[in-house]
Amino acid sequence: MQAFLSSLVSVLFHGVAYGMILYVISVGLSVTMGLMGFVNLAHGVFAMAGGLLLSTAMGRYGVPFPLALLLAFVVVAVASVVLERLLYSKLYSAGELPQVLFTMGLIFMSIAVARYLYGTQAAPLFLPDYLKGQIPLFGRDFPTFRVVLIIFSGLIVAALWFGVERTRWGAMVRAAVDNRDMAQSVGINTNRLFMLTFALGSGLAGLGGALGSDILPVQSTYPLENLVYFMIVVAVGGLGSLSGPFIAALLIGIADTATKYWLPELGAFLIYAATIAVLLWRPQGLFGVRS
Amino acid sequence: MMHSGGYARGSRIGVLEILPWLVAIAAFFLLPEYLSLGARILIFILFTLSLDLILGYAGIITLGHSVFLGLGAYTAGILSVKAGIHDPFLQLIAGAAIGAGFGAITGAVVLRTKDLTQLMLTLAIAAIMMEVGNKANWLTGGADGLPGVQVNPLFGVFEFDFIGKTGYVYCLVVLFIVWFFVRRMVYSPFGAMLTGIRENTARMHALGAPVYKRLLVVYTISAGIAGIAGVLLTQTTQSVGLNVLSFEIAGDVLVMLILGGVGRIYGAFVGPTVYLIAHDELAKQFPEYWSFGVGFLLLIVVFFARGGILGLIDKISARVRKS
Amino acid sequence: MSALATPALETQMLCKAFGALTVADDINFRLEQGARHALIGPNGAGKTTFVNMLTGALPSSSGRIFMNGEDITTMSQAARTQRGLGRTFQITSLFRSLPALDNVAMGIAEREGVALRMWKPASGYSAIRDEAMSHLEKMGLRDEALTVVRDLPYGKQRLIEIAIALGLKPKALLLDEPAAGVPSIESGRILDVLAELPKDIAILIIEHDMELVFRFAERITVLVQGAVLTEGAPDQIANDQRVRDVYLGEGGHD
Repeated sequence: MQAFLSSLVSVLFHGVAYGMILYVISVGLSVTMGLMGFVNLAHGVFAMAGGLLLSTAMGRYGVPFPLALLLAFVVVAVASVVLERLLYSKLYSAGELPQVLFTMGLIFMSIAVARYLYGTQAAPLFLPDYLKGQIPLFGRDFPTFRVVLIIFSGLIVAALWFGVERTRWGAMVRAAVDNRDMAQSVGINTNRLFMLTFALGSGLAGLGGALGSDILPVQSTYPLENLVYFMIVVAVGGLGSLSGPFIAALLIGIADTATKYWLPELGAFLIYAATIAVLLWRPQGLFGVRS
Repeated sequence: MMHSGGYARGSRIGVLEILPWLVAIAAFFLLPEYLSLGARILIFILFTLSLDLILGYAGIITLGHSVFLGLGAYTAGILSVKAGIHDPFLQLIAGAAIGAGFGAITGAVVLRTKDLTQLMLTLAIAAIMMEVGNKANWLTGGADGLPGVQVNPLFGVFEFDFIGKTGYVYCLVVLFIVWFFVRRMVYSPFGAMLTGIRENTARMHALGAPVYKRLLVVYTISAGIAGIAGVLLTQTTQSVGLNVLSFEIAGDVLVMLILGGVGRIYGAFVGPTVYLIAHDELAKQFPEYWSFGVGFLLLIVVFFARGGILGLIDKISARVRKS
Repeated sequence: MSALATPALETQMLCKAFGALTVADDINFRLEQGARHALIGPNGAGKTTFVNMLTGALPSSSGRIFMNGEDITTMSQAARTQRGLGRTFQITSLFRSLPALDNVAMGIAEREGVALRMWKPASGYSAIRDEAMSHLEKMGLRDEALTVVRDLPYGKQRLIEIAIALGLKPKALLLDEPAAGVPSIESGRILDVLAELPKDIAILIIEHDMELVFRFAERITVLVQGAVLTEGAPDQIANDQRVRDVYLGEGGHD
C-alpha cells in the first residue's frame, strides 16, 4: 500500500507536469482552429522550433536560460506572424484539403531543418545549476526542474485566462469565436485579431516546446510524433475553448504517465480508444463551443 | 476538365490510357535491374488509386489510409508466418476481405462525422492500429515485424525470384485488373453519383440519395483495394514491418496523389511513379534535403498547381492549343 | 378535385424555434392536389425555414407534417424525396463542374434506383439520358445540355434547378424563389416554364416578385414573423388591408 501510494504520487506529479506542457503547447491550436477554422497540423513545428531555439541559444551562444526561454517565445511568435501573413492567410477560405496539405508540407520542411541542425539526435537540454537536482516537498524529493515547470506553466495558464476573460483583446477573441461575421460587423478588425492571436498561440507553443524538451525530446520527428497528442488535446477538449483543452491535457498527461508506469504493454492504446469514444459521444469535444 | 465519366460523355478507352501499360511492359524488358522498384511503384499506384476513390471522387479527407495497407500487409504476413498459408491468391483474397471489412466497420463510425472530428477519428484509428501492431508481439512481431514470409510459386510454376521478375508481372496484372474495375466504376452511375456527393452534398440529399450509405460503400471498396496493395507489398518484399502502419506512409500516399492530380484516375499513376523514382535517386544521398524537398513541393502544389502534374499538363496543352 | 381530397402536403401546428427565437409558429397549412399555391411574406418571415422543414432539411421543433396523408414528420430528406417531394433552392445549388445533362440525369438515376450500379457506363443508360434531355428541352436548354453549368448565365442555371426537380417526377414541388437574382429580361422565360408545368403536380411557390405571384398562383398564404397571417384567393389577398400594411405597403420587393 505504501509503495502504491508512493508511485501514485509520482505518477500524478509527472502526469501533471506532462499535462501542463501539453496544454501550453496546444492551447494556441485550440484557439486558432476555433477562431479561424484552420486545420493546422503544423502546430508542433512551432513547439519544436522553440525547443531548437532554446538548445541552440544556450549551447552554441551561451545565452542564459531565462533569456533563451524568452527568445524561444518571441522568435517563434514573430516567425509565425510572417508565415500567417504570407501563407496561412491565403488559405483561410480554401477548404480543409489545401490546409492539411500545406501544413503537412511545413512539417516535412521543418523535419529537414531539424535534421540538418542536430542530425537524428535530440537537441540537448542545458539546464542551469539552480534547476538541477531535487527539492524536498512533503517529505519526498522531486526533481527541481519539473517543480519549476509546473509552477511556471501554472502562471502562464493563469495569465492567459486572465487575459481572455478580463481584457479587451480577450473579449474580442471570445466574440469572434462565437460569431465571426457578427464580430466583424461591430467593427472588430478580425484580420488583425487573427494575426495577434496566432502569434500568441504559436509563441506559447514555442515556449512550451522549449520548457518541455525534458519531457518531449526535441528531435527531428517531433512535429509528426506528437501531432496526434496535440490534436487529441484540442479535439477532446473542444475547439475554441480555453478550459476544455486544459482538462483534456491534464487527463492525457496523467493517463499517459499512468499507463506507461502500470500497463506499459498497452502503450497509448487506452488514450486513443478513449479519444475515439469521446469523439463519438460528443463530436464537438467535451467542452466545445461549436458543433 | 478534372471530371471524367458521367452521363454526357463517352467512356471509350482513349489512346493515352494505354500509355501507362506500354511503359510498364517496356520497363520490364528494358530495365531489368529496377524491377523491385518497379513492383513497389505498381503497388503504390494501387494504393494511391484506392485513396483517390475516397478523396478525389467522394471528397473524404483521411489521415489514416495507411491502416488498410497495413492490415493487408499483416494479413499476408501472419497467414504465411503464423498459419503456414503460403498460397498467394488466398493471401490476396484474405487481405482484400480484411481491409474491406475493417473499412466497413471504421467507415460506419468515421463517415457519421465531418470536418475536424472526421480527420481526428481517422488519425486516432491509425494511431491505435500502430499501437496494436507495435504491442501485439505474439501476432505481429512487434517492432521487428515479421521477416521470412513465404509465398508459393504462382500457379505452382512461377517462383518469386529475388530480382523480382515474377513479382513485377504479378503486381502489374493485379493492378490491371483493379484498374479495369475502378475505371468501370468511375464511369458508371455510381461514379457519377460520387462526384455529385463531392460537388454538392446538400443537392444529393435533395435528390433523395442516402449519402451516408453511399459513402460507406465506396469507403469499403477503397479499403479493400488498399488491403490488396498491402498484400502485394508483403509478398514482393517477403516481410512486413511496422512502417506499413505509420503516419509517414499515410502522408506519403497523400503527397503522391496530390502530386499526380486528385480526382482523376491517372493522377494515381503519375504521382507514385515520379515520387518513388525521385525518392530512390535522392533520398539516400540527401536525406535532409529530401524531406525538405517534399515539403516544399507540397507548398508549390497547394499554392500554384492544385491539379498536380496532370493538371499542369492540361493547362499547358490548353494554352498551346489556343496560341 | 374536391377540396375534401387528401392534400398533397399538410402541416399541423408546425413549430420551429432556435433557442428563444421562434421562426415558425403553429403553422397549419394545406397544399391541395394539383394546386398552384404561393407563399409570400416579408424578409425574415420564415418562408425558407418552412420549406426546409417540409423537405426535412431542417427538423421541426413540434407539430406534424403529412404527405398524401402519410405522416412524414420524422422521415429523412431522402425518404421524402423518394415519396415524391421535390424542391428547388433559393440560391442555386447545382453540380457546378458537371454538364447540364448530368445535373438532371443524376436525379433521374436516383429516382430509377440505378445510382449504385458500378459496371455499365453512365453514358450507356440511354433512357436516363433521353429523359434528362427532354426536361432540358422543355426549359429551352437543348443546346446547353453539354455545357458545364458554371459557364451558363444565372437565368439558365435557375431553369436547370427546375429541370432537376422535374426529373424526380414529384407529386408536390416546392419552388423557392425560382426567379430570384434573374434579370427581368430572362425571368419571362421562367414564367413561361412555370405556366407549362404538368397540372397534376401540386406546386408551392415562394416568391418576392408580386407580378409573378399574381399571374401564377390560384391561392396565396401570407406568412409574417413565422405565423400565418391570412390565406385566400389572389384578389382577396390583394385587397386585404393587413397584407398591404405588412407587405405590399413596404414597396413589395425585399
